[in-house]
Amino acid sequence: MQSLTLLAQGAAESTKVGNPLVNIAIFVAFVGITLVIVLRASKNNKTAADYYAGGRSFTGTQNGTAIAGDYLSAASFLGIVGAIAINGYDGFLYSIGFLVAWLVALLLVAELLRNTGKFTMADVLSFRLKQRPVRIAAAISTLAVCVFYLLAQMAGAGALVSLLLGIDEKLGQSLVIVIVGALMILYVLVGGMKGTTWVQIIKACLLIAGALIMTVWTLAIFGFNFSELLGKAAEVAGNPEILNPGLQYGKSETSKLDFISLALALVLGTAGLPHVLMRFYTVPTAKEARKSVVWAIWLIGAFYLFTLVLGFGAGALIGPDRIKAAPGGVNSAAPLLAYELGGTVLLGLISAVAFATILAVVAGLTITAAASFAHDVYASVIAKGKTTPEKEMKVARRTVLVIGVFAIAGGIGAQGQNVAFLVALAFAVAASANLPTILYSLFWKGFKTRGAVWSMYGGLGSALLLIIFSPVFSGSPTSMIPSIDMSIFPLANPGIVSIPLAFLLGWIGSITDKGVEDRTKAAEMEVRSLTGVGAEKAVDH
Amino acid sequence: MSANPEHDVTGDVDFVKESQSEEFQELRKTHRSFVFPMAIFFLVWYFAYVLLADYFHDFMSIKVWGNVNLGILLGLLQFVSTFAITAAYVSYANKKIDPQATRIRERLEDQGVK
Repeated sequence: MQSLTLLAQGAAESTKVGNPLVNIAIFVAFVGITLVIVLRASKNNKTAADYYAGGRSFTGTQNGTAIAGDYLSAASFLGIVGAIAINGYDGFLYSIGFLVAWLVALLLVAELLRNTGKFTMADVLSFRLKQRPVRIAAAISTLAVCVFYLLAQMAGAGALVSLLLGIDEKLGQSLVIVIVGALMILYVLVGGMKGTTWVQIIKACLLIAGALIMTVWTLAIFGFNFSELLGKAAEVAGNPEILNPGLQYGKSETSKLDFISLALALVLGTAGLPHVLMRFYTVPTAKEARKSVVWAIWLIGAFYLFTLVLGFGAGALIGPDRIKAAPGGVNSAAPLLAYELGGTVLLGLISAVAFATILAVVAGLTITAAASFAHDVYASVIAKGKTTPEKEMKVARRTVLVIGVFAIAGGIGAQGQNVAFLVALAFAVAASANLPTILYSLFWKGFKTRGAVWSMYGGLGSALLLIIFSPVFSGSPTSMIPSIDMSIFPLANPGIVSIPLAFLLGWIGSITDKGVEDRTKAAEMEVRSLTGVGAEKAVDH
Repeated sequence: MSANPEHDVTGDVDFVKESQSEEFQELRKTHRSFVFPMAIFFLVWYFAYVLLADYFHDFMSIKVWGNVNLGILLGLLQFVSTFAITAAYVSYANKKIDPQATRIRERLEDQGVK
């Protein structure tokens, strides 16, 4: 996440390597190919299940690849490679948290969620609790996570432009954000979940193939001897400590505690990310949902192993000093390594993949937010269930437009901002507001409406407040608002406080709730979640 | 609007009775006896690793093979254990959980549950 800060800081400068025209040409080719696929996929978008869940007709393998495409954002690729190249071992710690987190999704969430719900996270949470309060709370936290994640991606897009296309003035960057936003709106409006999924599948294949080629190439230079690669990286850095933990997080007791907080938010946040949860509804059965997560774990794991080689490879072949001095700073490690290995063409390919990454992630977030608003807020709360699927989809499409325009405006406004806090917030909010309620409602019969509402609002509120009073928001030179200081909470990540608090609130709220919940509903939910009886199958066209 | 708009058709099935049936309790036990211990195991192992990397730098810096130290080995071991737990769960679910779940599902769907 620190790397995202640098990504944003790099926005002020421009790159001098490679040929922007080649980068743009490859990116345009990607957009062209995916647009054709999205248009073809959209022909079958008739029902709500088509639009929100791709007709539930994707296979586990396809969906797993799309999940990897959704999850491996530009921050993972540029950020982690750069963090390893500069901070060595401590950069590697991110990837481990991001991967291990998938076991929570695999063992505890994916299949039960697929069996119980239909389109959104709120479907599961409100199954046996009171519809209105629970759906509203779930929709609010879904929108909050999506918006923070979305803004971070859009702001990152601006920074990438300066790095890869050599556009360094603010107007040019804003223009690129508008183009990215408009393309994303087009993909989601026309293609729905089906189109979005295909964009993610293509992007995941390109990203993983690109990283694989660079990894093999780098290893070949060192005679496939990993130890020699590490030795060279330490030698070029002039600091053997780069191979040991502690370079970034070992500075003080506060930074050590901050790392634990981050580790907690990473491992519990993933299975609470609404755009990841919604992907489980695009497959026909729970068994396919399981297969999706298994595929995603293999792909994401392999990718993070590649970034370990690429990070130390960039450190060995280019060196931390040259990377830090390059325009774009720490985030230029992967592109610089691509240029070092394969010249202009490989750099162009990797740059185009990085753009495609932002486009795909932003599209996935937008459709999730739109589905949550149309399905949970509009259909269930405002229209009180008295609406038609056609009307609901119309609302969803309008929401896509609103969110798209908001993302473009926010992305332009967030340019050069400290975007690290947005990503940290997204994971911390997902882990505090969503995951406790998901786990409680799937595994604890005594969970009541009051517990769900307290846990969701308490987790969301405490995470937000702690971030506002943390050093990432104010009081330090890298803060969002450096000029004032109201940082009374010392940690950059609120997880260590807000996650246990949300679990506690869920428990206290439930045991003090005197209301009687429907016993039949609780039994029905348990039977359905484990057996998959009545879970919606693929739409037959 | 019904309390649960997602599933309107429950047939004539008494879900409370069904959830207390021996067959379902067995399925529940099969599921929980694997996922709960495994979830606790990987979380403890992950946080043990995080604490080692956070507070025991000298230990993690011990060189094992050339320039590869304990920190990198334990980190890679996190990858290995994640892959291994994934594979173990898939094989367990296919062999033990799925047949039981399918049997109950098919019986309930015959009774008209949708």
